[in-house]
Amino acid sequence: MSAGVLTPPSGPTFHLRDPDRARALGDLIRRYAPPYPVRIVHVCGTHEMAIAQHGLRSLLPGGVEVLEGPGCPVCVTPTVDLDRAAKLAAAGAVLCTFGDMTRVPGTRVTLAEARAQGADVRVVLSAADAVDVARSLPDRDVVFFAVGFETTAPGTAAVLLDSPPPNFYVLSSHRLIPPALGALLSGPPAPIAGFLAPGHVSTIIGARAYRFVAERYHVPVVVAGFEPLDILYAIALLLRQLREGRAEVENAYPRAVSEDGNLHAQALLARAFVPCDAVWRGIGLISSSGLRIREELAHLDAEREFPVPAEPGEEKPPGCLCSEVLLARAVPAECPLFRNGCTPLSPVGPCMVGSEGACNVWYRYGGRPDL
Amino acid sequence: MCLAIPTKVLTLDGNVATVDVQGVQARVRLDALGEEVRIGDYLLVHAGFAIRRLDPQDAAETLALFDELFALDPQGAPPPEGAGS
Ligand code: SF4
Repeated sequence: MSAGVLTPPSGPTFHLRDPDRARALGDLIRRYAPPYPVRIVHVCGTHEMAIAQHGLRSLLPGGVEVLEGPGCPVCVTPTVDLDRAAKLAAAGAVLCTFGDMTRVPGTRVTLAEARAQGADVRVVLSAADAVDVARSLPDRDVVFFAVGFETTAPGTAAVLLDSPPPNFYVLSSHRLIPPALGALLSGPPAPIAGFLAPGHVSTIIGARAYRFVAERYHVPVVVAGFEPLDILYAIALLLRQLREGRAEVENAYPRAVSEDGNLHAQALLARAFVPCDAVWRGIGLISSSGLRIREELAHLDAEREFPVPAEPGEEKPPGCLCSEVLLARAVPAECPLFRNGCTPLSPVGPCMVGSEGACNVWYRYGGRPDL
Repeated sequence: MCLAIPTKVLTLDGNVATVDVQGVQARVRLDALGEEVRIGDYLLVHAGFAIRRLDPQDAAETLALFDELFALDPQGAPPPEGAGS
């Protein structure tokens, strides 16, 4: 996850970090910033990490705030789903999931705690790894607890459609980004001036997926990459739109995002899933924001194959400001528990667990550098 | 979580490529890509699946985009001396 990972050793550079251009973009940002305060929201843990790690907030004028909304899949996975996964594991299934998921508090236990109590919970790096686990354990039911946005879901779709072994199942807790942007804008007024759209979600869904935000809500969207210069450039474009009174979708990451996106991956998603209403932890129900496994693949759907009564879980631990953080209404430092009872080693809320959760990132890198 | 990283294709075997990630070899599935892949190509990889082919040339084009913005706004800071690294 370190920034250095972005550059293959001997290959061409994918780094965009020259300090002169960074300064020049900072100057443009200051010139474009309107005379009133603006709140820009991104929805991507990787953006938050880049912003915090490179201290980009120090280049922004005082009135320009950038907040992470519901950009961490681990943070928004509802306790209902976590509890269901824990119950399946407790009932004897081998539960495979991505690393951070094992440490998120459910209603009663985390999956790591379930494992300590004897459940077989395994960390995988890919949906394909979970299929390998199923192949290696033909006598066990293996459930892949699938979380993540549009970047991750095509991998899950690919394995669902690739005739997995009969003991392999998927518990789908995938979530979709565009409906979440709509929800942030249609709730009680949150003063969001514009969105930085997540680059790699957009690689899949294409820049066009955000048009409704510009057209229906008159809020500008700029698709942003992950290098420091990418992010500064995207912020500059966004502020320029505000200054000129435009609300459009601009693509500041054309080297990885096209207008239409990855049509092949979109087709996989459509063959494996149908959109469904889904709960986001800390936010609530957002219509058509989840992915349910298609009827034709029902035999692979852990939710259908192993119905577990879902209890309404405790979405938000007492005192935790996660909902406000996920709704881009607060920054982590505004939570009284931040660093003060809630730390990555003993997290109170999900935003401190996920390595892409705003609280976790701010704890590790400091969110707003004092310069 | 949506972090995707550029990797270089070393070998190909059906819908699986072996790629180089910072000197470490990893196997990557190609079935979410929908593009033809050749050895030596760069792929953007997320959670074990390639999601897009990258053209190294495009990084330079991105820098050109930034400079275009500077040029559009001559009052903004002009691209500094020696930029282009
Ligand atoms: S610091 Fe902890 S308790 Fe406060 S909002 Fe973040 S995760 Fe919740």
